Amino acid sequence: MNLAYRDIRHGLLRFLLTCVGLSLLMAVVLSMIGIYNGLVVDALTIARAPATDLWVVESNTRGPFAEASRVPGDTREAVARLHGVVAAGSVTYQTVEAEHAGAKLRLYVVGFEPGRPGSPARLKAGRPIAQSHYEMIADFRTGLALGDRIRLGRSSFSVVGLVENHVNTGGDPAVYISLLDAQKLQFELSPSASRVQIAKGGLPQTKDTVNAVVARVHPNVAPAAAADAVRRWKHLSAMTQAEQELILTRSVVDRARRQIGLFMAILLAVSAVVIALIIYTMTMEKLKQIATLKLIGAPDRTIVGLIVQQALALGGIGWMFGLVLVLAVKDYFPRRVVLDPENAIVLGLIVFMVCVASSGLGVRAALRVDPATALGG
Amino acid sequence: MGSSAATPLIELRDVSKHFGEGEARVDALKEVSLSISAGEVVALLGPSGSGKTTLLNVIGCILEPASGWMRLDGDVVYDNRWLRSDLRRLRLDKIGFIFQFHNLLPFLDATDNVALVLELAGAEHAEARRRAAALLEYLEVAHRRNAMPSHLSGGEGQRVAIARALANRPRIILADEPTAALDSKRAGIVMDLLRKLAREQDAAIVAVTHDEKIFDRFDRIFHLRDGRLDDKGED
Ligand SMILES: Nc1ncnc2c1ncn2[C@@H]1O[C@H](COP(=O)(O)OP(=O)(O)O)[C@@H](O)[C@H]1O
Ligand SMILES: [Mg+2]
Repeated sequence: MNLAYRDIRHGLLRFLLTCVGLSLLMAVVLSMIGIYNGLVVDALTIARAPATDLWVVESNTRGPFAEASRVPGDTREAVARLHGVVAAGSVTYQTVEAEHAGAKLRLYVVGFEPGRPGSPARLKAGRPIAQSHYEMIADFRTGLALGDRIRLGRSSFSVVGLVENHVNTGGDPAVYISLLDAQKLQFELSPSASRVQIAKGGLPQTKDTVNAVVARVHPNVAPAAAADAVRRWKHLSAMTQAEQELILTRSVVDRARRQIGLFMAILLAVSAVVIALIIYTMTMEKLKQIATLKLIGAPDRTIVGLIVQQALALGGIGWMFGLVLVLAVKDYFPRRVVLDPENAIVLGLIVFMVCVASSGLGVRAALRVDPATALGG
Repeated sequence: MGSSAATPLIELRDVSKHFGEGEARVDALKEVSLSISAGEVVALLGPSGSGKTTLLNVIGCILEPASGWMRLDGDVVYDNRWLRSDLRRLRLDKIGFIFQFHNLLPFLDATDNVALVLELAGAEHAEARRRAAALLEYLEVAHRRNAMPSHLSGGEGQRVAIARALANRPRIILADEPTAALDSKRAGIVMDLLRKLAREQDAAIVAVTHDEKIFDRFDRIFHLRDGRLDDKGED
């Protein structure tokens, strides 16, 4: 008979409660990992959305995400003429507040030139923007649906397409409108939105200003070479897509990333200690029974099996339920929770090792216990 | 009642055991020699701290003596050192323990507590349960065979524990105050049972006891005082 199983069955309620506690702990660790991943992935989606190779921004800035950047509207034509550049498009980024279905919405408004680089790739639903005015592609998280109308500034936009997971580094969902509409919007910001804009670094000075120009280069041309060519112009600065992504992860979300990363590490350590304590206590409580087992002649194998199997059952069930729990609730988090199978597997391995190590402690105590302790009197 | 077999089942010569060293040294056993034959039921008597439990633990190969010589069921197991490395196996096959409190595993029902030692000795689960049930029948606790230990009365628990001690038909049964937790009627029943077993299984039984009510149920009584055996056992 399997003693580990029989002991668990005997104290089933307590075992299950311990499993539930452990599952919750595992769920917290897993969501922390997911939040960490989500933060990094989210930071990159907006920058990856236009699928470009080159970012041209105001000189001496690392815009448009890390720092404010303004370049003249005609920069796009100059960039397009550069050797190796296949296509270029102007883009603007601004955060506005709007109202929809009675609730305030913070939106990250991206302006782009339809048909040029800067259009969001891979729509989840609907169609790209076809008219030069009053059409919008929105992220799912805005809560907007196809056909919905929403007021931005003095104009009303209708949602024609939907994208997924396009948010800015603060978590505000993005909407894409045509560059002309976006530039117009910058001048007609409603009072509450303009306050946000001022807080973000002031109002744009002239109407034909954009925040950046994105460009696609020929596959045979190195993006870095094209970037070098741009930098020769005094008033412009340029970076490759790789450099832009590096700035985003290293600088824009770096503190948040390290903050969550450190918290995750502490949480992992706490979980390890908690698991170890549970298993060790579980064994200590059984020392008298283990002494009895030794006394009636049970071999070490039986005793080690009892302890290790229970530890692994606890860890395994805790991990599994934790995973199920996170997968069930992860879409209800206000920001994206991204869990890769590897994360779950690595956590599983860590839990496994903690279980083995801490049952090792218990086993050591169990094997040292004097069978005579069972023989009171 | 006397011994029937030629070689004694339990034989100790000049076995000594002490705990601690120097100032703190306690001589728990001082050159104890005794010899108990198959079929004998003997009592170990003495004031608290006289070394009764220590002697039982030494015979049960739970405690290593400091010096001396010991033979169990024809095997010399100790001669100033253990001569066998598999003492736990020896216990499983040859020695049955009955504790003051029943010490049943709380997570197994009565039958499985008995079946466990049969399985540890190599029996299949179904066969072990069948034999365990038969033993419980024999000990007149069959009606409680599916009960968990926490639901057993003192006497029932003690009888299940005796069934466990007997399961592998050990030739040596060691009991540390087996009736201390029982009333005198039950204590008498348990002692009668042990006597019956000793006869039927040709086993030797050594029981520590304070219980004067049951002295008449023993073949011999050993008196321990300060770790020394007073005599070779009186009738
Ligand atoms: N593990 C031990 N460590 C130290 N001293 C012990 C130990 N076990 C027993 N003793 C001492 O040995 C003596 C005999 O003890 P024990 O055999 O338990 O006596 P009894 O069972 O007759 O009451 C006592 O003085 C006791 O304090
Ligand atoms: Mg004692």
